[in-house]
Amino acid sequence: MATAVQIRQDKVREDLWRPLLQTRGRYVVALVLAGLAGAWGLAAWGYQIYEGLGVTGKRRPVMWAFYITSFVFWIGISHAGTLISAILRLTHSRWRKPVTRAAEAITVFALMIGGMFPIIHLGRPWVFYWLLPYPNNRLLWPNFRSPLLWDVTAIFTYLTGSVIYLYLPLIPDVAHLAEHTTGWRHALYRALSLHWTSSDREWHALERAMKLMAGIILAVAVSVHTVVAWDFAMSVAPMWHSTIFGPYFVTGAIFSGIAALLVVLAIVRKTMHLEAYLQPVHFDNLAKLLVLMSLLWFYFTTAEYLTTWYGNEPWEMAVLGARVRGGYAPLFWTMVVCNFVIPFVLLGIQRLRTIRTATISAAAVLVGMWLERFLIVVPTLAHPRLPAAWGTYAPTWVEISICGATFAAMALLYLVFSKLFPIIAVWEYEEHVSNGRI
Amino acid sequence: MAHRWGMAIDLDRCMGCEACVAACHAENNLPVSDPAQAAKGRAVHWIRVDRYYEGEFPEIRVKYMPVLCQQCDEAPCEPVCPVYATYHNPEGLNVQVYNRCVGTRYCGNNCPYSVRFFNWFEPKWTAPLELQHNPDVAIRPGGVMEKCTFCVQRIERVKLDAKAENRPVADGEVQPACVQSCPAEAMVFGDLNDPESKVSRLASSGRATRLLEELGAKPKVFYLQRGK
Repeated sequence: MATAVQIRQDKVREDLWRPLLQTRGRYVVALVLAGLAGAWGLAAWGYQIYEGLGVTGKRRPVMWAFYITSFVFWIGISHAGTLISAILRLTHSRWRKPVTRAAEAITVFALMIGGMFPIIHLGRPWVFYWLLPYPNNRLLWPNFRSPLLWDVTAIFTYLTGSVIYLYLPLIPDVAHLAEHTTGWRHALYRALSLHWTSSDREWHALERAMKLMAGIILAVAVSVHTVVAWDFAMSVAPMWHSTIFGPYFVTGAIFSGIAALLVVLAIVRKTMHLEAYLQPVHFDNLAKLLVLMSLLWFYFTTAEYLTTWYGNEPWEMAVLGARVRGGYAPLFWTMVVCNFVIPFVLLGIQRLRTIRTATISAAAVLVGMWLERFLIVVPTLAHPRLPAAWGTYAPTWVEISICGATFAAMALLYLVFSKLFPIIAVWEYEEHVSNGRI
Repeated sequence: MAHRWGMAIDLDRCMGCEACVAACHAENNLPVSDPAQAAKGRAVHWIRVDRYYEGEFPEIRVKYMPVLCQQCDEAPCEPVCPVYATYHNPEGLNVQVYNRCVGTRYCGNNCPYSVRFFNWFEPKWTAPLELQHNPDVAIRPGGVMEKCTFCVQRIERVKLDAKAENRPVADGEVQPACVQSCPAEAMVFGDLNDPESKVSRLASSGRATRLLEELGAKPKVFYLQRGK
């Protein structure tokens, strides 16, 4: 296994600051395209609010579909960053340096996007704030027994924590940038740097804060996706009411999170010419993690399906049959191939494990994990206990537009972020901290 | 003592005529779906008649089962609502507060009987159907859930009348629209807290079963049929 090649320090600053100060034509094109796609999604949402949710493909009994699938998917993606970066920080992994900030940014943006979906999904989105426990003159509180309220609480906590966790390691970098920039950039970086002077006391405080946040964020991240799983598991619907759902969802979230991180790193490496920083060793390590999570996902999925099949309860079997050999079977087997076969073969065999295969496998896992959530949400709802109420579902252009546009929104946020801040923490490469404990 | 409203439906009498469905539409201002929306499964019927087939053609028997909100005592739809739009009223009714509903549709997912309906659009009535709206029943806006109320407006009317005349509500005095319209008199409505009421006696008869009783939701609709 190759170890990370050392890079000269003055070169680090030059390499990582260059994308901030130079804008190429390709960047502008990407920005405009992402912006247009995002605007299309917003227009579709406006149309849906104006006309009513009937413009979607949802119908009784499939009351939840594309939006909830995308919600779970994006909250899963958000486990890329914070969780992986926190684990790597707490275990003092040396190879984490070029990975952490890119990962933490994914978390914040994925949460911002994922958090939108429950609102998009509402019948009356303009009163979404009724879900929040705010003081009001009607003395009405939300229902704390509802898993949806646990969800709101968990996601708000996670978003707050993730923003802090992204921000803390940014402070030394923006302080440096403030010294070397003028105009609005200087004002922005100076404000964000909180007048950081790089004193020993400040480094010590930052180190402690980051360690503390890493610990907290680990617990929060695990609980967030457990709560998302409980949205389903707390109900009495067939194949939702499962005790395994909490850990199953957390596993799936970390799995898809690593996949998202691999895809983003591959794109960043290529477009920002960071080959010297994002080396094969980083992709190799993340690819190994991906295989591990793939195996864990396969184990959980097998446990879930095998016990249901062996138990042979008619209501559960109706859902299982629809997934495995009924109308949803093509999606199911695509999911198995994407989530297990592709990463296991391409990345499990050492000879085949390269940056390219890691990226391909990660992209496949993203597709597979989206399908996994779809297969959890829709077939269960389409097969309620009384067969007379069974139904079907197919998405409309509105749902496809909105869900597709969120990927553009992710790209847009990432493009803007990479223009404002170094995508790799510069200070982590500096001499006086490189031997530190952070 | 507070009332505890319940219903008994005699499946051996039901012939599947769906008069109850039509009566419910008229009483409760249910929107009339256009054919395209109905084909999509978006028609709203607070009471529906499920069909079960026994045997093979030509030796086939059809059994009908009117299914409405079962007004469960342990209703799975209630705890999952994040804004208390669905709650249990003191008379055991499972009540939907349209003004409070934000449309998460979680209650709909968690109802094992699939009797909750969502307003996918603002409701519309083809002229002159809007002229026959029942003034005692709210028109529900788009984006909220709705379902059978056991004709709570009729319950309230009878209670007010009885109070004005300073007498208790008599058994059989409250008649939801479906009960009133059933030509086979298959449906009986009344107070389960009154052991002498007709519905109480039917509910404790050997013929009474409850739908998906094993889920423990404790529905207050009792289905009567011959033991097998």
